[in-house]
Amino acid sequence: MEKATTPQALLQIIEKHEKARDPNAVRISVCGGTGCKASGAGPLIEAFRKEIADRKLDVEVISTGCHGFCERGPLVVLHPTGVFYQKVKIKDIPEILEKTLDKGELIPRLQYRDENRQVYVKEKEVPFYKDQERIVFAMNGHIDPTRLDHYLSMQGYRALATVLAKHKPEEIVEMVIKSGLRGRGGGGFPTGLKWKFTREAEGDKKYLICNADEGDPGAFMDRSVLEGNPHLVLEGMIIGAFAVGASEGYVYVRNEYPMAIEHLQLAITQARELGVLGQNILGTGFSFDVKINRGGGAFVCGEETALIASIEGRRGMPRTRPPFPAKKGLWGKPTDINNVETWANVPYIINRGVDWFTSIGTGDVSKSPFGGSKGTKIFSLVGKVNNTGLVEVPMGIPLRKIVFDIGGGIKGAKKGRTFKAVQTGGPSGGCIPDKYLDHPVDFDELSKLGSMMGSGGMIVMDDHTCMVEVARYFVDFLKEESCGKCTPCREGLRRMSEILNRMVRGQGRTEDLAVLEDLGAVMKDASLCQLGSTAANPVLSTLQYFRSEYENHIATGLCDGRQCIDLIRYHITDACTGCTICAKKCPTQAITGENKQLHVLDQSKCVRCGVCYDACNFNAISILSGTEIREKLGE
Amino acid sequence: MVDLTAVDKIIEGYHGDKTAILAILQDIQAVYNYLPREAMMRVVEKLQVSTTQVSSLATFFHAFSLKPRGKNIVTVCMGTACHVRGAPRVLDEIERQMGVKNQETTPDGLFTVETVNCVGACALGPLVMVNGNYHGNIATSEVTEVLDQYRKPAGQA
Ligand SMILES: Cc1cc2nc3c(=O)[nH]c(=O)nc-3n(C[C@H](O)[C@H](O)[C@H](O)COP(=O)(O)O)c2cc1C
Ligand code: FES
Repeated sequence: MEKATTPQALLQIIEKHEKARDPNAVRISVCGGTGCKASGAGPLIEAFRKEIADRKLDVEVISTGCHGFCERGPLVVLHPTGVFYQKVKIKDIPEILEKTLDKGELIPRLQYRDENRQVYVKEKEVPFYKDQERIVFAMNGHIDPTRLDHYLSMQGYRALATVLAKHKPEEIVEMVIKSGLRGRGGGGFPTGLKWKFTREAEGDKKYLICNADEGDPGAFMDRSVLEGNPHLVLEGMIIGAFAVGASEGYVYVRNEYPMAIEHLQLAITQARELGVLGQNILGTGFSFDVKINRGGGAFVCGEETALIASIEGRRGMPRTRPPFPAKKGLWGKPTDINNVETWANVPYIINRGVDWFTSIGTGDVSKSPFGGSKGTKIFSLVGKVNNTGLVEVPMGIPLRKIVFDIGGGIKGAKKGRTFKAVQTGGPSGGCIPDKYLDHPVDFDELSKLGSMMGSGGMIVMDDHTCMVEVARYFVDFLKEESCGKCTPCREGLRRMSEILNRMVRGQGRTEDLAVLEDLGAVMKDASLCQLGSTAANPVLSTLQYFRSEYENHIATGLCDGRQCIDLIRYHITDACTGCTICAKKCPTQAITGENKQLHVLDQSKCVRCGVCYDACNFNAISILSGTEIREKLGE
Repeated sequence: MVDLTAVDKIIEGYHGDKTAILAILQDIQAVYNYLPREAMMRVVEKLQVSTTQVSSLATFFHAFSLKPRGKNIVTVCMGTACHVRGAPRVLDEIERQMGVKNQETTPDGLFTVETVNCVGACALGPLVMVNGNYHGNIATSEVTEVLDQYRKPAGQA
């Protein structure tokens, strides 16, 4: 790659690459994201390339970043027609090349079908994508993240060139304030204001950090953005560094994300070669360089002060704020820290303008960036929905649209499963019940419901999910992850964990609920960092909306979700046809019975793994709980 | 006695940068599968940092193991997405089949069972990783099949 020595020279390079990109060229995009790789995309891409070389076809095969619909991987999109194939295997390749590419015939078995068996031809017609608004993810699916020329051909580094050619740092800060962009890492603080504080803070040296720790278990948007479009994040950071006056930057990535680290490392090298990173960027005298730090896998290290401690080579423990990092951050110097997705929005705001950005989302940010939620948000839609994956939607979209239109509704709805709740905001978020499904999703509205936006985890739960168990899960998670520095968080979580663990074993006491609420109030007020102060949210929100489930656990040992192992029994009903499948699959040989005869389950051998329940095709296994156990089994 | 040449090489790679200590420990674990005591002492000596600093990091982060681990590392994701899709049952079944608990190694040294908070492949939950290979959408009844792939002696795969 030639080096650009002025912003104008960079613009010329970009234009050259933009022109070179033929939108009508025949290309095959294969998703090379982690999800699809786990389903065999790596060898598939190689096989595609080999087959095409063998046949001497003029077709480019692109290994792209994550398309978001990981569950259906490996995903393949044929350009320019947009034909979408899912769950593609190596043996399908000749047929795809001969039938679809050559003759334009579709291959039904590879096409996407929804729950009602309706077939969709193009990627953008599939319900999972139709209601999305892909901005941060716009290039994923089109470019190879290891190719700088691909990024340049889609306006890559144009925003940076514009900024360095035409603007003063203060103007960029002002623009980001006006855009209403708020932090995507959890706090939702206006990004422009943070930049302003860092810019105005006194210090001979300033730092910039990209938070890619992504500690929320169940969320993977930062991973997919970094893996799928590392230059976009880098470009956002370089613009941010110029705006706040930082000369050194760090990206703090989880060690569990090897592909993100590899792609980012490569992007850094390429950016240096292009002249947009390092000393004297584009000949403007502005210098900025970036290093990668690998996180140690502690949830609390995602908190900004803990993260800074970890970069400094210490234990990742938070400290009290103020002073905020903008004043005193890394090595005691002014430091701006933003999340991956926040950085990735910046180049788009510069390229398309503040008016465009504020046209998406809720509220009015013309007077204050706190006035609304602008732009899009990526959610990690997982759990008991038909379509799981990453979805980027405009702020303000109703929850129902995400869960039922994009997500395709509850998994197993035909078997009687129904929606119970959606959990947002990560481990310290809350559970939202069905009566609020029409509520718009943005920073402020989710907080009103006792939950929060967090980093964008969205876990759908059905009627077979026990809300006491959900609360127990999050409390145990946070108990393990609490750094132990402050008492309310450390001890509060331990006591909560004891109570909830007792409760899911059927040993809850009437007074427990009041104790949980008291503990929650103290933790909220007295904890050192937001890990502790929000840790009670999962308990408090489930107590608020699903109190009867707690009461049933205590009163009769009834687990409404039929999930708590100690409170349930599997039972074979008269509907059993004697097909023997459950007996064959049971790992502990607890089920016996002759072919075509009613089977019997030996409770003393049953470990309640649920394999028989999943295997039964005749709905002949019921899960008993509470008084039913005595009534049916006489226990 | 642990051969420490790899440790020296790793430290040299960071030019004795004290702030790279977390990265150095991560690299050491990647080579040795755990953090041998001797290796940590070598880090103390070469970087001229305190023993407390090294041990405070080694004990703070879950990813570090102070005990040798098995030949194959079975990591069960316990993240929320995997949890609601049955990860606890999968872990139970793995523990049952191996006869060891989470964080333990089988007596033959073949497997260590571990858990992780999330590996960022949440749409494929429940998910088990063996030596870095992802096994997504794993049903409790498929555990045996997956583990057997790693039981075969090398060359017979
Ligand atoms: C316990 C805890 C964990 C956090 N984890 C993350 C994380 O994984 N990623 C992230 O970007 N922000 C995380 N945050 C928020 C950061 O402290 C910080 O607000 C954020 O990185 C700022 O970037 P933003 O303004 O762009 O969102 C966490 C906060 C807390 C209290
Ligand atoms: S929750 Fe298991 S991979 Fe994210």
